[in-house]
Amino acid sequence: MTHELHDITLVVNGRSHPIRVEARRTLADAIREECGLTGTHLGCEHGVCGACTVLLDDQPVRACLMFAVQADGRAIRTVEGLAHGDTLSPLQKAFIEQHALQCGYCTPGFLMLGTAILEQNPDIGDEELIEILSSNLCRCTGYANILRAVRAAAAAMREEGVA
Amino acid sequence: MDGTTHGPDDARMAAGPGEAVGRAVTRLEDPPLVRGRGLFAADVNFPRQIHMRVVRAELAHGLLRSVDATAARALPGVVAVWTSADVAEIPSIPFRATKVQGLEPYCQPVLARDRVRYVGEPIAAVFAEDAYLAEDAADLVAVDIEPLPAVLDAAAPPAEFAPGLHTEPTIVRKGFGDVDAAFAMAHAVIELDLSVGRHSGVPLETRGAIARYDAARDLLELHGAAKKQHWNRDEIARLLGRPPSSVHLFEGHVGGGFGVRGELYPEDLLACAAALRLDRPVKWIEDRRENFLATNHSRQQRHRIRAAVDAEGRLLAIDDVFFHDQGAYVRTHGARVVDLAAGMLPGPYRLPAYRVAGHFRLTNKTPAATYRAPGRYETTFVRERLMDAIATRLAIDPIELRRRNLVATAEMPYPRPLDVLGSDVVLDSGDYAKLLDQALDRFGWKALRESIAARRASGECVGAGLAFFVEKSGLGPSDGVRITVDHTGTVELVSGAASVGQGVDTVLAQICAEALGVGYSGIRVVRGRTDRIEFGNGAHASRVTVMSGSATWQAAQAVRAMALETAAPLLQLSPEVLTIRDGIVQRKDGATEPSMTLAEIARQMGPNSPAMRGRTPGLTAEKWFWSDHMTYPYGVHCALVCIDRGTGAVKVERYLVANDIGRAINPMLVEGQIAGGFAQGLGGALYEEFRYDETGQPLSTTFADYLIPTATEMPALDVLIAEDAPSPLNPLGIKGAGEGGTNAVGAAIAAAVDDALGQPGAVTTLPILPGTVMRLLDRAAP
Amino acid sequence: MKPAGFAYHDPQTVAEAVALLGRLENARLLAGGQSLMPMLAMRVAFPDHLIDLNRVEGLDGITVEQGVLRIGAMTRQRSIERSAAIREACPLMTEALTHVGHLQTRNRGTIGGSLCHLDPSAELVTVAAALDATIEVAGPEGQRDVAIADFPLGFMTPALAPEEMVVAIRIPLWPREHGYSFMEFARRHGDYAIVSAAALLVLDSAGRIARASVTLGGVGAAPLRVTTAETALVGEAPTPALFRAAAACCEGIEAMEDPQAPAWYRQRLAAVLTRRALERAWARATGEAA
Repeated sequence: MTHELHDITLVVNGRSHPIRVEARRTLADAIREECGLTGTHLGCEHGVCGACTVLLDDQPVRACLMFAVQADGRAIRTVEGLAHGDTLSPLQKAFIEQHALQCGYCTPGFLMLGTAILEQNPDIGDEELIEILSSNLCRCTGYANILRAVRAAAAAMREEGVA
Repeated sequence: MDGTTHGPDDARMAAGPGEAVGRAVTRLEDPPLVRGRGLFAADVNFPRQIHMRVVRAELAHGLLRSVDATAARALPGVVAVWTSADVAEIPSIPFRATKVQGLEPYCQPVLARDRVRYVGEPIAAVFAEDAYLAEDAADLVAVDIEPLPAVLDAAAPPAEFAPGLHTEPTIVRKGFGDVDAAFAMAHAVIELDLSVGRHSGVPLETRGAIARYDAARDLLELHGAAKKQHWNRDEIARLLGRPPSSVHLFEGHVGGGFGVRGELYPEDLLACAAALRLDRPVKWIEDRRENFLATNHSRQQRHRIRAAVDAEGRLLAIDDVFFHDQGAYVRTHGARVVDLAAGMLPGPYRLPAYRVAGHFRLTNKTPAATYRAPGRYETTFVRERLMDAIATRLAIDPIELRRRNLVATAEMPYPRPLDVLGSDVVLDSGDYAKLLDQALDRFGWKALRESIAARRASGECVGAGLAFFVEKSGLGPSDGVRITVDHTGTVELVSGAASVGQGVDTVLAQICAEALGVGYSGIRVVRGRTDRIEFGNGAHASRVTVMSGSATWQAAQAVRAMALETAAPLLQLSPEVLTIRDGIVQRKDGATEPSMTLAEIARQMGPNSPAMRGRTPGLTAEKWFWSDHMTYPYGVHCALVCIDRGTGAVKVERYLVANDIGRAINPMLVEGQIAGGFAQGLGGALYEEFRYDETGQPLSTTFADYLIPTATEMPALDVLIAEDAPSPLNPLGIKGAGEGGTNAVGAAIAAAVDDALGQPGAVTTLPILPGTVMRLLDRAAP
Repeated sequence: MKPAGFAYHDPQTVAEAVALLGRLENARLLAGGQSLMPMLAMRVAFPDHLIDLNRVEGLDGITVEQGVLRIGAMTRQRSIERSAAIREACPLMTEALTHVGHLQTRNRGTIGGSLCHLDPSAELVTVAAALDATIEVAGPEGQRDVAIADFPLGFMTPALAPEEMVVAIRIPLWPREHGYSFMEFARRHGDYAIVSAAALLVLDSAGRIARASVTLGGVGAAPLRVTTAETALVGEAPTPALFRAAAACCEGIEAMEDPQAPAWYRQRLAAVLTRRALERAWARATGEAA
């Protein structure tokens, strides 16, 4: 009974993935293994590091702290969905230009968190921005360049919006 | 969080001499990483793979009575369960060459045999169809351990390790000069007892090992490798009784190394042995709790140090006895951290006499090894605490005291009668006093003292401190690079180095671009693969830019010379008037005709070209850079801290790292290294510690208990990169930049906390915990 | 770190959920999952059945009526944090929420989940104690109310029968012009607090303290109302000296000890945070602070 399989559909970056999983399979594992989207990384599997951050109905959540069955039919966005073809999102570009990544392992989580911030509160103040970014761990950069990248992306988006 | 000096510099695609080295260009590594298209260990999958789960000891020390895997084996989907009997023929995991004798009996078996020696030690391995299932089965393995008392204090007298062996495998002794005479004639003797807490690299990606055996080619592959591919390949081959050419290691993306990842661990051998024996690809991904228990710890040392000084505060001698808590086994580094600590302790100071005894002690904790600035984070804390204590005792300004003792530029290269990592210590170049002045100026030290005084007058508890450090980098003896231009003009650079995420590809490409005269962004860099280059020394000890960078320089120069030599007769010009820009051989004087592309030259040099008859074809060169001595970067850290009197919490408000690295190939990446290194140093100074209870149970096994600094803990960091003292030991003058950001953080913050408390010498232990600070505040209260 | 197997149940109504609780052995409710999921992943919790409340109707919502704030158990922490009605009527809760985990966890975490997980340091439990909340509990026999003071039975153990579940929390509102403050000390932002303090003050027309609430989180198994401090405050004119004296009541309380902090340190933090919270609450009551 405990290994009963559930047929669900994960809608990731607009594409439906009909999958069959045990109830205990985390959303993060299902995205990675069943949907084959390995950009979402696992850094702790206990909800502290934020590497597995994805957007669930446009809200950032930790994919290791949900079961896949709970996300059945919900709109999920992952790092693979940020770029449009060859065109990187302003935040992806800013991460490269501001050297906001080194090993790149935490990067997808920060990109998804940053994307949500830019969508919901592009004029966010520094203090609140730092507070929100403190939810994710990075072991390489010391964070300053990540902050800088989010600000640079916000500025670029403002400019684009004006133009 | 502010204060960068370099932004990206991509307006020009670096394409030739003077245009690639020294520029803050963006990284070649980034595009796949920001798209989620990286290939980290967990992203590697093979058809028919099975998953390994390791059953680990839950007691710190005990006799292993029995391991019953019956129930686990019976679980549907379980392929095999191994205990030590199943891997009895695999020898213990070795350590790299060292002149320290007698370490072999202390090496770790792949699976525990008759004893367990730390919580987390591998006891059994479960192989199953699915990672969830493997964990289910691992829970069913019944382990019977008879507890023994745990040894937890490395400074306590040694205990028994095994019959006839005690827990001190060796004492590393170094020294020079007449220490006893110096102490006898000293104006003053200053003595301290200082401790550094157990913490470690803790990369955000846990370890992983994916092994598969290709019977068709009789080839064993290990994916998820890092850092030391070639040494690991050779050892895996030896331990499994195979020729090295039948084993290949592959490095994909690596989610941070910091010294701990890429060493040869039990799990690597288990995965390889299982892939051979079970005839299925085997995937092992460490979970975070395992990472805290099973991946190398570091840093824990206690020093009892004495200094003899004259009346002006000049060092006459240092005498240090320290205890290094190695944890349960000797791992691949052997006694390297002790050796580094003993050899690097004197730092930047003139020292007539020195004696050190490093007690290498085993305890019942996770085995330890190197972590970014190994042996230096610890001894910079110790040495700089000592300098501050001398200054206090003699009532000399601590900065002036340091000035009096710094090795002068005129004394460079400055040989110390010491060796470290088997090479003689010769401080190769430096202007220590100049960098100290620059750092004080940049931090605004004078104005800062005034503002601190004003803030104290209004009741705040603030203080500033600084520390000087000397790093080491560019460990030899050799590294090789092969550069090939193919018939499309694409440049491939194959290196024996590795990358742990620091930007190696970009840096090597920049050096290649500069020397060869091509754009850096099109260069394909291959590293971390044993199947592409026969030898390599990997990525550690801040050696890649120095060693592989120098080899790249030489190989690219050689390819350039070949290209010019081939092109000159075809263009009917002398090679001397030619140069290469953007991959086109053309006249130096700027005339665009005649010209020839590298692609055309490569085709001329192909194996079917009549011109190549009797010669080795290809526009390609492999060069090896050799070095007998390390090169020594140096720097100054300055910290401003504010203490909350109510909670004892220390907040670092401002911080400066000034670091002379000889030459910055990419200043943006250097700053990134320093900033990230600083964050790790900050962790060790204030937050991170692997704690154990009195029975040896680890208390820091989640990210909620092991406190890595987050964005809120980061102060405003300023980075001053100096290039005043290029290394004379390599063609580009490079010194490593990987560890200077970490090295002196504990030392500088300790000094600043002392200053804030108005209690010189108050801080004796890292990390500095709020409760400890509160006790110190109580001590000062009237 | 993969959860052990369990049977998954997905009820649509409270009645169904309660029926499942009554019928199933070793079942646990899954609310936001932000505390339970790590326990499952680390295999320190082994339920045979998980009953997911995320699709249960009617458990979500915030209402302010007749001086009472009612929050449905499955209301996300983020919704509470962003609720204008709560910011206006019960700003202590808004302030406390900024300390609860992080944006991602608040997007999933629920108030009911926090209450039932009952971590000694949980901000929302401390706030509930400070505000004399009432917990609405549904069971096979219908609904009952549990006063927050009676809700914790012991360390991380709520006063719920196996077949019962929390459906809402009711909070009697303080007068509009009350002063409030929530303060905590954690090693890093977003971590569980070592100690937290909640203070509420109402001043009378003469400027004396008419009503006071002082609550500590993280010192014992459950939030602690420091009634000695409250008694010391009421009827007095607020001064720094008075707040120091009231805070001193916290130094003698029994505090727990764990790897994060020894008992003496928690006692010291309790006093310091209480004093600071009272000063801030006073400044807010007089309109001198936002």
